[in-house]
Amino acid sequence: MLIKKNSFYDYAYRRFRRNKLAVIGTFITLAFVLVALVAPVLAPYEPSEFFFIEGQNVYNKYASPSMEHLLGTDSLGRDVFSRLLYGARVTMLVALSAVIISTVIGTIIGLVSGYFGKFLDAFFMRIVDIVISFPVLFLLISISTIMDPSIWIVILAIGLVSWTSTARLVRGEVLRVKELDYIVAANACGSSSLKIIVKHILPNILAPIMVQVTIGTAQAILMEASLSFLGVGVQQPTPSWGNMLMDAQKLLVLRDMPWIWIPPGMVTLLLVLAIYFVGDGLRDAFDPKQ
Amino acid sequence: MVKYISKRLLVSIPVIIGITILSFIIMKLSPGDPLANFINPSINMEDLEKSRQALGLNDPLHIQYVKWIGQVIRGNFGYTYSGNHSIGNLILERLPNTVILTLSAFILSFVVGIPLGVIGAVRKNTRIDYGITLMSLVGVAIPSFFFGLLVIYVFALLLGIFPSGGMENIRAGFTGFAYYMDILHHLVLPALVLSLGNIASVSRFTRSNMLDILKEDYIRTAKAKGLRNKAIIYRHALRNALIPVVTIFGLSIPFLFSGAYITESIFNWPGMGQLGIRAIQDREYGIIMALNLITATLVLAGNLVSDILYAIVDPRIRH
Repeated sequence: MLIKKNSFYDYAYRRFRRNKLAVIGTFITLAFVLVALVAPVLAPYEPSEFFFIEGQNVYNKYASPSMEHLLGTDSLGRDVFSRLLYGARVTMLVALSAVIISTVIGTIIGLVSGYFGKFLDAFFMRIVDIVISFPVLFLLISISTIMDPSIWIVILAIGLVSWTSTARLVRGEVLRVKELDYIVAANACGSSSLKIIVKHILPNILAPIMVQVTIGTAQAILMEASLSFLGVGVQQPTPSWGNMLMDAQKLLVLRDMPWIWIPPGMVTLLLVLAIYFVGDGLRDAFDPKQ
Repeated sequence: MVKYISKRLLVSIPVIIGITILSFIIMKLSPGDPLANFINPSINMEDLEKSRQALGLNDPLHIQYVKWIGQVIRGNFGYTYSGNHSIGNLILERLPNTVILTLSAFILSFVVGIPLGVIGAVRKNTRIDYGITLMSLVGVAIPSFFFGLLVIYVFALLLGIFPSGGMENIRAGFTGFAYYMDILHHLVLPALVLSLGNIASVSRFTRSNMLDILKEDYIRTAKAKGLRNKAIIYRHALRNALIPVVTIFGLSIPFLFSGAYITESIFNWPGMGQLGIRAIQDREYGIIMALNLITATLVLAGNLVSDILYAIVDPRIRH
């Protein structure tokens, strides 16, 4: 086991395991990760493979679910089920990469602001104020229209927009920890600022950062889905759960072809919900008051 | 109090300047020539260059920024490249519709969210509490556009109780009272969709505040005095539990404006969000800059107001 017995994380793990919703959430999330990893094995077809009506040179558009196509086909005659499975990969890739970017930026800025204070703090916190003033979707749409939309731009945009909450959180934690005796002692011993930040402060504020990473992943999934739904996110033919729902803006599809838009919406809901369960579980597990 | 307010106002000044610079930079970085629509074989390159000069597109960036700000301060957001419409007027036409939608969603989220939170706290760990908690988690987790589509599917297409989009039934030509009822009828679904996430966060926040307060000594004292449960909950606990909810006022504003983009485009609601989406397609930088600036300023003002409200209701904050 990686975790030392009777350590803070050991107790947190035990508390986490007792939380039913958190455990269910963990299993669902892991199941999604697994599906994303083995999508090529599970998927009956290629995600961008077109199907034709037998004997005719016409795309098999909007076919209803059958044994051949478990969830039917979409507006271009592609297998919805296969696209759903491959969509899981895109969603995970975008969400995880974006969260890595936002966590790295947010943590560094939060540490610097909180530890050094004064001018640096005032400067960075005003930047946070500025970025936070723009509604997230506004900024995201602006960024992804500036650059040609691609998966990497979507990742970058989400990462660049969502670091602010991590920065505020980390700053607050640093301010709390900074005044504690062991930091004062480390300072008195003449440790360098870098050493104090990396070796003494960071490990002690890791728990709230982990909670933030979890919640941030869920939010990144929602952001990617919204962007792709609006047509400024992940572009066709790459499948994403968000852009699979685009077609449902037509009333005809919405009314008569629920197999096209209900599955991608439901899996997004399920995955985000599961990750929120994990996040809530982590927060409670790390809270010594519980 | 005056000192606190003026300090908050002073801090807002660099932020608002930063907001203008950021929105200017973002849109100047956009690719695509605003005159691209006019380029055709019959056009003279010299004429094109002249209109470029006339529109100020050849000036250095900081000059363009200063010119733009000068116009903005006078309330003039410039003109659209195509058709030469006043951007200020275009937005003014749309603003009331967005305000109607966001304001209804705002009211709905507190009117529904606070009672749900109170019920959850008072009936802690019962089925009702679990049900409300699960519902609010789903409310936060569901993609708003998916919820919007579901709502249209069920209430407009299957049941046919509400219209699937738009703001009024133009063909019916209602007047007077019937006209307002018609708008209200169109408003129900979009307001519900826009407020869902906010209802969820308000109810979760109220619940946890309420639970903290119910543990306080003065609640025990009230119980010991033999007060009825209702009096304790509503007169003693709820009042204090609602104080921090004021902070959500400010936080809801950016949330609702972001949501308005999606909600308006799903429901064909003729507001600023819909205008923004069209502006992006048409590469109308002026409109995008103006929308960015207006919403960011509204958000800043909202945060300021909620900070000040919080300081008024809870004197501890001021110090």
